[in-house]
Amino acid sequence: MSKAIKLKKGFNINLDGKPELKLDKSIKASTFAVKPADFQSLRPIPKLTVEVGDEVLAGDPLFFDKPNPDVLFTSPVSGEVAEIRRGAKRAIDSVIIIADGKNQFKDFGSANPKNLSREDVKAKLKESGCWAFIKQRPFNIVAEPDAVPRDIFISAFDTNPLAADTEFTLGAELKAFQAGIDALNQLTDGDVYVGVNGGIGGSSFDGLSNCTVNKFSGPHPAGNVGVQIHHVKPINKGEIVWTVSPYDLVTIGKLFLHGKYDTSRTIAIGGPSVAEPKYITTYSGAKVSALLDGNINEENVRVVSGSALVGDNIGIDGFLGSFHHQLTILDEGDFYEMLGWILPSYPRPSISPTIPPFTLTTKFPFIKKVDSFNANTNTHGEKRAFVVTGQYEAVTPMDIFPQQLLKAILSNDLDKMEGLGIYEVVEEDMALCEFVCTSKFNVQETLRKGLDLMREQG
Amino acid sequence: MRKASFLRKQIDKVKPYFNSNPILHTVFDGLETFLFQPNETTTSKTHIKDGMDLKRTMVHVVIAMALCAAHGTMNIGHQHYASMGMFPGLFDGLLYKLTYGIIQFLPIFTVVHLVGLGIEFLFAASKGHAIEEGFLVSGFLIPLIMPPDIPLWMVAVATAFAVIIAKEAFGGTGMNILNVALTARVFVFFAYPTAISGDEVWIAQDYNIIHQIIGLPQVAFEHFGINKMPDGGWATMMVDGYTGATPLALAAKGGWPAVTEYYSLNDMIMGFIPGSVGEMNKLLIIAGAAFLVFTGIGSWRIMLSMLVGAIVMGILLNVIGGAMGLDQTAFVNVPWYYQLIMGSFFFAMAYMATDPVTAAQTESGKYIYGFLIGVVGMIVRVLNPAYPEGWMLAILLLNVFAPLIDHVIVNRNIKRRLARVG
Repeated sequence: MSKAIKLKKGFNINLDGKPELKLDKSIKASTFAVKPADFQSLRPIPKLTVEVGDEVLAGDPLFFDKPNPDVLFTSPVSGEVAEIRRGAKRAIDSVIIIADGKNQFKDFGSANPKNLSREDVKAKLKESGCWAFIKQRPFNIVAEPDAVPRDIFISAFDTNPLAADTEFTLGAELKAFQAGIDALNQLTDGDVYVGVNGGIGGSSFDGLSNCTVNKFSGPHPAGNVGVQIHHVKPINKGEIVWTVSPYDLVTIGKLFLHGKYDTSRTIAIGGPSVAEPKYITTYSGAKVSALLDGNINEENVRVVSGSALVGDNIGIDGFLGSFHHQLTILDEGDFYEMLGWILPSYPRPSISPTIPPFTLTTKFPFIKKVDSFNANTNTHGEKRAFVVTGQYEAVTPMDIFPQQLLKAILSNDLDKMEGLGIYEVVEEDMALCEFVCTSKFNVQETLRKGLDLMREQG
Repeated sequence: MRKASFLRKQIDKVKPYFNSNPILHTVFDGLETFLFQPNETTTSKTHIKDGMDLKRTMVHVVIAMALCAAHGTMNIGHQHYASMGMFPGLFDGLLYKLTYGIIQFLPIFTVVHLVGLGIEFLFAASKGHAIEEGFLVSGFLIPLIMPPDIPLWMVAVATAFAVIIAKEAFGGTGMNILNVALTARVFVFFAYPTAISGDEVWIAQDYNIIHQIIGLPQVAFEHFGINKMPDGGWATMMVDGYTGATPLALAAKGGWPAVTEYYSLNDMIMGFIPGSVGEMNKLLIIAGAAFLVFTGIGSWRIMLSMLVGAIVMGILLNVIGGAMGLDQTAFVNVPWYYQLIMGSFFFAMAYMATDPVTAAQTESGKYIYGFLIGVVGMIVRVLNPAYPEGWMLAILLLNVFAPLIDHVIVNRNIKRRLARVG
């Protein structure tokens, strides 16, 4: 039964530099990387299957996690393994591949997933590298190959600040999208649920079959799959559900349609410090300096793979994250602002009515409404103890007490964490709490600690 | 990167000299972050942050109280002169009234901050923390809820007690269980009851040393044609028909008719009556409350439910009074709407009950918390002969019970979650 769910709580952050719905095909990256750290739950030193200098095809394995040797992590492009970069304690930071530009794919053979058994579908996903795209809740880890999820959830839209518009980026990939759904359907005894944007007239994804389509409308985080799960069929203790991003679902679909591991994706490049916000097409793990070449109009910027709320600070020489479909370029806010706490000198996003979205101008009536913000990375205040209450609840459209949950995590109270619904949330669902927090509390970091602790304790 | 201003450069130059000593460093850091929002940037996965911080939150509460403080200051002077039959009109001798009021109020305000901030600075330095902003509000509240001529040493002791025992002992701002300002008041109330109850303390009558230095007593000398302080103090100069008793004290003795004998409804609403410094003018307090609600800083849930609680209990008391056949001179028979006007109900509702740290923290818990304060406060006020006003004790009592209210609300959420499993 399809539902239309209207969410009231939440907050949309409008940032400057929203990409125009125009695809720039001229931009190509030639260096790509797969970063083990992108995949939650992987051990820091996975087993490498390639050496520097090896030639690989798109879909050839690069490494695997030792406990699950058949779940392969594969190369997004064909080319040569240029470097295996190591981080602290010899952990593998990234495997870097220089593309040969020929785009040669390893052939996994096309098949209609409806005609395959569960084991066959699993085997295909695992050997091609697609398995790594399936995330398991609770904990947001790479799906356990032996588990059978209660249901599988996909959110077909993204409400993060400056997120890529999936109607634009994936609207033409419906066939692959459907094939992906068909494949996922073989993995669960339950349902595949797709959450589509109910805030727009009609979505390209309305007509999908072999799944339950629910419409969600409301401010961010309405597009977060975790919020959607909570409203459709919440995760209870002992239950497992899987989630897949719509981009990765298309990749899975293409595997079955064409037999290729094709991670090509259209991503959004936006943010206040981008000269020309736009969409480009590239492959998973592309080097961002090539994608951003000359497109930054400030010197002191932060390059974020992902959104301003849930992203990684990767630097200009970094690589697009495996689960990220947007780049956000922000001004660094490492400057002092005189009396900035009481007299903000420039407009900034806030849920507080004390910081109205207005700016002063020199022209009558000397005040102008601000529609989008040039937000920077300044914390706008120092860390404090919890004082203000009700803020987190105002931006969390779930039947959860975020502040009490965080306090339970801080006091290592496992029973309470479980009781207060830690299984139902991952970092992105509480990212807005971190944004709004008056006391500048590290919400996502703390939540991850709690999730890791729960996982360790089994 | 923005260019550093001249002032910023000077601060950066002197900054290293303050790092040698923890107390110096804490004080410097406090002033520096007051002058400049720090250049800290985000380090986690959330790269942008709301412009709101604790300093801004606290300062908005202070702004909401500023007019109450201004009115209170003027009223100290007005009561002082009017009680002696001088300048009976509100705007007569305004300058004298203001001067007298400021010189009466400012020492209290200064002592509170010297003691309170001093202790905060010491604790912050010893813990190696930054100074938390909680005292911005507590320090503003304490002078407003004291009688106008309370001895300064009592203010100092009460403030020290409140900050050390009610707050720092629990871990500082955000950790306290009891409202800090009310703890200061309740300390005076139980330790020095004569200084904060009865009919004599609510009008400032004496001239302190600063008054004498600037020659203010001269105005009264001339008025009465005397040249030294009257024997028995200035209180003996109080004119007939004037009382230092608050409306509540009168109502406790003789019901609403006793109140109206001395005060008009208008006086009570506009706050030109004896009492604690800042809790007088109901219109300004309601304006402050509206400001807090509009800015989202004060919880409308607590304010509304406390109002409802007080009204419900007020009506109930009226009904009981009627059923017992008591006449209009009984306290229980003071109509519930007048109960709201007398005393410090609105002040307690706007600024005391809404303290987010000591109130219930869950949104639905706030309704229960506020409602119970309204009910308990009215009971203490009307049915207890020992205490003339109820809100201080009601709020402190509910401060203690707020975690229990939250516990119930949070546990219901846990049970809902368990029930899903079936």
